[in-house]
Amino acid sequence: MSEPSARVRVTGPPRRRAQDVRAAGTREIDAETALGEVFMRSLLREQLSLALRVLAALALTVGLLPLLFHVFPGLGDVRVGPVPVAWLLLGVLTYPWLVLLGWIYVRRAEHNERDFADLVGSVDE
Amino acid sequence: MPGVVAVVLVSLATLAIGTWGLRISRTTSDFLVASRTVAPRLNASAIGGEYLSAASFLGVAGLLLTFGAEMLWYPVGWTAGYLVLLVLVAAPLRRSGAYTLPDFAEARLGSRGVRKLCSVLVVGIGWLYLLPQFQGAGVTLRATIDAPPWAGSLVVALVVLASVSPGGMRSITFVQAFQYWLKLTALLVPVFVLLAVWMADGSADPTAAAPASWSVPLASPGGGVGLYTTYSLIVATFLGTMGLPHVVVRFYTNPDGRAARRTTLAVLGLLGIFYVLPPVYGALGRIYAPDLAAGRSDVLVLELPSLMVGGVAGSFLTGLVTAGAFAAFLSTSSGLTIAVAGVLSQDVTGRRFGTRRLGGVAAFRVAAVIAVVVPLLLSLPAQDVAVARTVGLAFAVTASTFAPLLMLGIWWRGLTPAGAVAGLLVGGLGSGFAVAWTLAASPDEGWESALLGQPAAWSVPASILTMVVVSRLTRASVPAHAGRFMVRLHTPEAVELQR
Repeated sequence: MSEPSARVRVTGPPRRRAQDVRAAGTREIDAETALGEVFMRSLLREQLSLALRVLAALALTVGLLPLLFHVFPGLGDVRVGPVPVAWLLLGVLTYPWLVLLGWIYVRRAEHNERDFADLVGSVDE
Repeated sequence: MPGVVAVVLVSLATLAIGTWGLRISRTTSDFLVASRTVAPRLNASAIGGEYLSAASFLGVAGLLLTFGAEMLWYPVGWTAGYLVLLVLVAAPLRRSGAYTLPDFAEARLGSRGVRKLCSVLVVGIGWLYLLPQFQGAGVTLRATIDAPPWAGSLVVALVVLASVSPGGMRSITFVQAFQYWLKLTALLVPVFVLLAVWMADGSADPTAAAPASWSVPLASPGGGVGLYTTYSLIVATFLGTMGLPHVVVRFYTNPDGRAARRTTLAVLGLLGIFYVLPPVYGALGRIYAPDLAAGRSDVLVLELPSLMVGGVAGSFLTGLVTAGAFAAFLSTSSGLTIAVAGVLSQDVTGRRFGTRRLGGVAAFRVAAVIAVVVPLLLSLPAQDVAVARTVGLAFAVTASTFAPLLMLGIWWRGLTPAGAVAGLLVGGLGSGFAVAWTLAASPDEGWESALLGQPAAWSVPASILTMVVVSRLTRASVPAHAGRFMVRLHTPEAVELQR
């Protein structure tokens, strides 16, 4: 084994225009200028509206079940094979649905964060 | 006999893994920083292990046996609570750098008063949640070896103290992760055997002997009261999860906000897999153990294997479910004890008494003893309340206090210390009074009982509204660092910013 050489950071060719904007973005936020405020507000709005859309999807599916069974009491007698439909919906099918909603959320939230990083720049990889 | 073996084995394994984990964590200089490197998959198992308590392991199946589909809302709510936590607080909470809820409140609002109030709430909620764990342990030991109810509670309390006192998130992480998989195995393996026995017996219909309400997911009296109770339970469980003291502590062990999200997603999957199982016990119980429905439903999971399967196989399965139940008490109790003791040692036992002052580790150990002994004593007279119900009440309190604080604190920079205190008091006192009334009085089926027995549907909006209104009235005292704190909470770590 030879002596380890000094670590070299390998980077891609600089994209000039993009870099100017990048450095500026984080500076604006750090200095709490009006522009930095705009950057932050847009990130918060994106993330919050994403969260609220997922919660709405949850409320309009799982959340409507009690009302549905209240309005249509006959649903209690409906069966899928030997299993009452309420047991099937709440005992089994709800769980993959929750995981799917969570998976969609994580993907979109990370996407939003990448967009934000591109917008304000200086990504430290 | 298989019950004793199972209890001893689980206790020993817990202590052994705890000690082994402790050795690993000694190799790093900084305990908490080491904990920050827990990978999402291990961390998700640990969270699942900590979260699946006696209520999930024993309580749900028992309630399903007695009341039917309306009780499916408990496991659904406990899982959906993680989805709500994921989308509203997971990444920001990790990025806040707060180790406990009082830490978060103080960092966000810059107020010692809010911190103290949060500390009181954490201790109260922790005790309310520890109570059913000890109760469940008593039930388990009585069912398996006919020990007096206090014996099981005492064993759990002692093992928890022995494994928690050395301290250390790292070692607890391994213990909790092990206990998730133990609990899953302990329910999953018997399910296959029991279903095979059921099919060999001719696949009897579980709903044949059950009342019609058994297939309707609405709370018991039905009508308007039933609808209210059901929705109130949904509000409590969907929102209550994010405010549980032992859940928040775990988020700090993620490396960053992105990992916190991925961990939470993995937890959703793990909980979903687990919660498919208790309904099977509840349904089979309708056929093979209908008499347990009246009063002794908490032992259903423990007794069903021996009722359906005889001989050595039956004993083995009984040992397995007993082991799982004990793991459930130990993991949840350890997590809660750490959370409560952490707060107590910061704010009570670590303080100066006269001229004397305890050191950090000693203060934590004294705090751990206090954290365990109080609910242990309280659990002795309260053996009759169903385990899952007491846990349900704890969720109502967290949903009315910490959930509004976290949601508004993370998404609304206008929150002021005065607003937070007012909202915490309104939600905490409202739901707390309802809980005390429910534990003391015998509930009937009227509106009054429903409103007090399941307070979340009114106490959560009341708390949120109070926080918003009082914050607006005191808007001059919005913390100066609120904007900077929002940057810290919401921007990805990869972007270089002052935080």
